Amino acid sequence: MYDFAYHKASSAADAASKAKGKSDAKFMAGGQTLIPTLKQRLAKPSDVIDLGGASDLKGISAAGGAVTIGAMATHAAVAGSADAKKAIPALAALAEGIGDPQVRNRGTIGGSVANNDPAADYPAAVLGLGATVHTDQRQIAADAFFVSVFETALKPGEVITKVSFPVPQKAAYMKFPSPASRYAMIGVFVAKTAQGARVAVTGAGNGVIRMKSMEAALDKNWSPAALDGVKVPAGTCNGDIHGTPEYRAHLITVMAKRAVAAAG
Amino acid sequence: MGADGIGVAVRRKEDVRFLTGRGTYTDDIARPGQTYAHILRSGQAHARIRSIDVSKAKAAPGVVAVFTGADMAADGVGGLPCGWLVKNKDGSPMKEPAHPPLVVDRVRHVGDQIAVVIAETRAQAKDAAELVEIDFEPLPAVVDSKDALKTGAPQVHGDAAPGNLCYDWELGDKAAVDAAFAKAHKVAKIDLFNNRLIPNAMEPRAATGDFDPASGDYTLYTTSQNPHVIRLLMGAFVLHIPESKLRVYAPDVGGGFGSKIYHYAEEAIVTWAAGKLKRPVRWTADRSESFMSDAHGRDHHSHAELALDKDGKFLALRVDTTANMGAYLSTFASCIPTYLYATLLAGVYTTPAIYVEVKAVFTNTVPVDAYRGAGRPEATFLLERLVDVAAREMGMDRVEIRRRNFIPTNAFPYQTPVALQYDSGDYFSTLEQAQKAADWAGFEARRAEARKRGKLRGIGISTYLEACGIAPSNIAGALGARAGLYEAATVRVHPTGTVTILTGSHSHGQGHETTFAQVVSETLGIGIDQVEIVHGDTNKIPFGMGTYGSRSLAVGGTAIVKALDKVVSKAKKIAAHLLEASVNDIEFKDGKFTVVGTDKSKTFGEIALTAYVPHNYPLEELEPGLEENAFYDPKNFTFPGGCHIAEVEIDPDTGVTKVVKFTAVDDVGRVINPMIVEGQVQGGVAQGIGQALLENCVYDKDGQLITGSYMDYVMPRADDLPSIGVATHTTLCTHNPLGVKGCGEVGAIGSPPAVINAVVDALKDHGVTHMDMPASPQKVWSVINGAHRKAAE
Ligand SMILES: Cc1cc2nc3c(=O)[nH]c(=O)nc-3n(C[C@H](O)[C@H](O)[C@H](O)COP(=O)(O)OP(=O)(O)OC[C@H]3O[C@@H](n4cnc5c(N)ncnc54)[C@H](O)[C@@H]3O)c2cc1C
Repeated sequence: MYDFAYHKASSAADAASKAKGKSDAKFMAGGQTLIPTLKQRLAKPSDVIDLGGASDLKGISAAGGAVTIGAMATHAAVAGSADAKKAIPALAALAEGIGDPQVRNRGTIGGSVANNDPAADYPAAVLGLGATVHTDQRQIAADAFFVSVFETALKPGEVITKVSFPVPQKAAYMKFPSPASRYAMIGVFVAKTAQGARVAVTGAGNGVIRMKSMEAALDKNWSPAALDGVKVPAGTCNGDIHGTPEYRAHLITVMAKRAVAAAG
Repeated sequence: MGADGIGVAVRRKEDVRFLTGRGTYTDDIARPGQTYAHILRSGQAHARIRSIDVSKAKAAPGVVAVFTGADMAADGVGGLPCGWLVKNKDGSPMKEPAHPPLVVDRVRHVGDQIAVVIAETRAQAKDAAELVEIDFEPLPAVVDSKDALKTGAPQVHGDAAPGNLCYDWELGDKAAVDAAFAKAHKVAKIDLFNNRLIPNAMEPRAATGDFDPASGDYTLYTTSQNPHVIRLLMGAFVLHIPESKLRVYAPDVGGGFGSKIYHYAEEAIVTWAAGKLKRPVRWTADRSESFMSDAHGRDHHSHAELALDKDGKFLALRVDTTANMGAYLSTFASCIPTYLYATLLAGVYTTPAIYVEVKAVFTNTVPVDAYRGAGRPEATFLLERLVDVAAREMGMDRVEIRRRNFIPTNAFPYQTPVALQYDSGDYFSTLEQAQKAADWAGFEARRAEARKRGKLRGIGISTYLEACGIAPSNIAGALGARAGLYEAATVRVHPTGTVTILTGSHSHGQGHETTFAQVVSETLGIGIDQVEIVHGDTNKIPFGMGTYGSRSLAVGGTAIVKALDKVVSKAKKIAAHLLEASVNDIEFKDGKFTVVGTDKSKTFGEIALTAYVPHNYPLEELEPGLEENAFYDPKNFTFPGGCHIAEVEIDPDTGVTKVVKFTAVDDVGRVINPMIVEGQVQGGVAQGIGQALLENCVYDKDGQLITGSYMDYVMPRADDLPSIGVATHTTLCTHNPLGVKGCGEVGAIGSPPAVINAVVDALKDHGVTHMDMPASPQKVWSVINGAHRKAAE
């Protein structure tokens, strides 16, 4: 770990102001991604601004047809939230399937979404449910938020404050974990919403994507069998030692069908 | 059997301190004035070092010293030695290229040690290491042992090992094998790769060197399975420090699995640097360093053929293996694919003729050495896969072909054609017991039920044998071992009758503090709370060869028994004196010395006190005190064996294979503590299932380690494993007094072929006859998918 200046922020606004003018400030939420990165000397921020004391970033609530989750809500908090479990059980179940208990007790939704790991779980829910990412400056629609691998629409110094998820009619998330890391090798989030079906896939390669071909099929016929005819080209996916593009593409179909079946 | 004696599932004494965080591991030991070493490692698989400039690093804040290979060479520091000389077919010695603790002008694998930066803090050492400037000339690398043998392959050691060949060795009667194949009814063949594994002990390696300028004494605190061996190797060959001036202390050690047997560069570096700097120098690997510097395991390519007669009797076995040694010879690397592998290829069968050829090869990878099972898992996997292939070729039942070829229970001692003589075993009983426990007979119903759920279910069996308790020193010596393989023990009876045992075995998870105490308890009739087992410190323990190859109880335990016998024999003399009887009339039972046929007796405690307060004592004939030493040199290997049965279910949509049931019935000889045996077998099976389904060390073609962290290296976790049914069936070892065989490795040896045989069975309708490990979801899916495609065409 290289030296950096450490700051503790009391609110989102305080965090943003502390970041201002710093050459390379990093926010720290649960630290589950940031700290390993620092320890391995893969990042050299000038300043680390700890969001742990920002009380306005906490909290989970369900109202007005949406579940709103504060950026600093941990995975364990979402998994255990009665509101989340009642309104969008698929979201709580997704949070329950992230990492291990230690990771779930530290890692946050804000950190996960800001980090946009191409194999992370939350981005699939954010995109699959058409959620809105709230920051200290604006609201960003899910479809505009995830830009590329580890890249989002966030500007330097912009703080995610909360994420609001519209409650769908039905939804489910199916994850095929990487045998090693247990991140998603392929994770498929399906949702039936008033505006139509949404299918978001994580783990395929270059970040979370919508499978429009599957959405069209599900709009016509919300059933696993509807996806039988949808070809997922191998080119959709990257390959590594755990899965070739062909295997990953195949898993998208398998997981999507299982998700639709689970959603009911 | 007493409350704490042999055969009782006593809770482990050592667990209280481990579970309450009060263990003392190497990294827990702080020395006054200590400094921190950071090893600068190669990020390249193969490169010439044109120059190293350490001047900036030396000037960095907090830096105490920076040393390179040139500094060590200038001090006359030797290379890391190999402990076993293997000879080529023509009798010439194997190639042993130099293995300096810090490289001089060439790096040969990712992780190779280039320089050591020593600073006041660990962070300062790391910061400074980034300032070391190295001018590399990249060289082509080779990672696969078969590629390394090809003409034109990159040369890892140039003229020191032409063609990358370490040795080309053989065992067995080639002419007899050729003759048998000529008249064979059928020949079963297999080509396989035994996957490379990374050991992953929970505690990373650590070493602290200390030097006392007043006495000139060195101390090395280290994560070792065999501190005396390290003292010998490092003292005599590398740093030239006499034993009397070198203490090696391996305190609590958090897992080894073989990877902590070897003398590693870091141990020599910190000890040498401590002497130069006159300050303690400490080093602890981070996990990434463990991946690229702990010796790896396995990595064999093999082709094997089994000749059968028309009844399915094995006539002869022919095996050709290429073993990857990595970039340098690790301490025992050379004997693993030879004397711990080829000698096991008879297995539990009466195959009359066997011929094995093994080529050991250098590559630009981390050195490979013993890893739980060491050679025996490789032999077992090959043999038990090949037997299944043979059954299929013959159209015979997998169990029947095994039974037909088992060594009969009345045929012991049994001489194999590959050097070993088995003392005891009963392969029919372990087979039958395992089949019953696994409900082998009911399997087809379970397969049919699974099919209804869309799952492919398979069952696999492995009837295996292994050799433990290495080994008679004279035989090992004749085969090239450069050390003796006995064990030493001291029994120190204190005046109040409590006992301290000094053992040369080392416990790093095995539970010796309990098991050994149970042996003492059984012999002396005292509770295990009266017995202290001391191990790991060369300044306390007279001598020892350490723990590996499941030898602790069979060899180390026997040394304790021998010393106990001496204690009892002397105590009897004292008792005879006190009881005014002839020593021949003294009987020792349940902690009491009694004059046979009378009620006159003395307790063990009374005798102990008399030995140290010898007022009424035969001082003319007997020395006071009650402490005895013993060395035990084993008469033979021990031969645990048994039957493992795995049942798997495959999800054809994803290729995910789950072991749904696992049954192990092992013959480990006499069981001292059934709970510890069960734990050892379960841990071994977990590693075996890990190898079969999950673990795989992967390098890319340039020699970069792809599986350099848990992001890519698949460690087995609890939810990857079924609950593992463990039972034992005992035949006693005939040549050690406890009748014990060893249980540390059976799990890792017997299980991989059982799992893969089950996978192949599940996939038999897809035309699968073999699958290399690990049977990863992707691999299994590709096979099923390939079959689907073929069917569709
Ligand atoms: C062992 C392990 C297993 C894991 N397994 C999984 C898994 O299965 N699935 C999965 O999805 N994830 C997994 N993770 C990642 C985990 O979910 C992390 O918690 C998550 O990626 C980052 O969240 P964090 O709160 O720890 O963020 P941090 O590590 O603190 O921050 C991550 C990044 O986000 C930025 N950031 C954080 N909060 C904000 C904010 N409010 N506004 C703007 N930027 C912000 C930080 O500056 C940093 O760049 C795993 C992690 C570990 C260590």
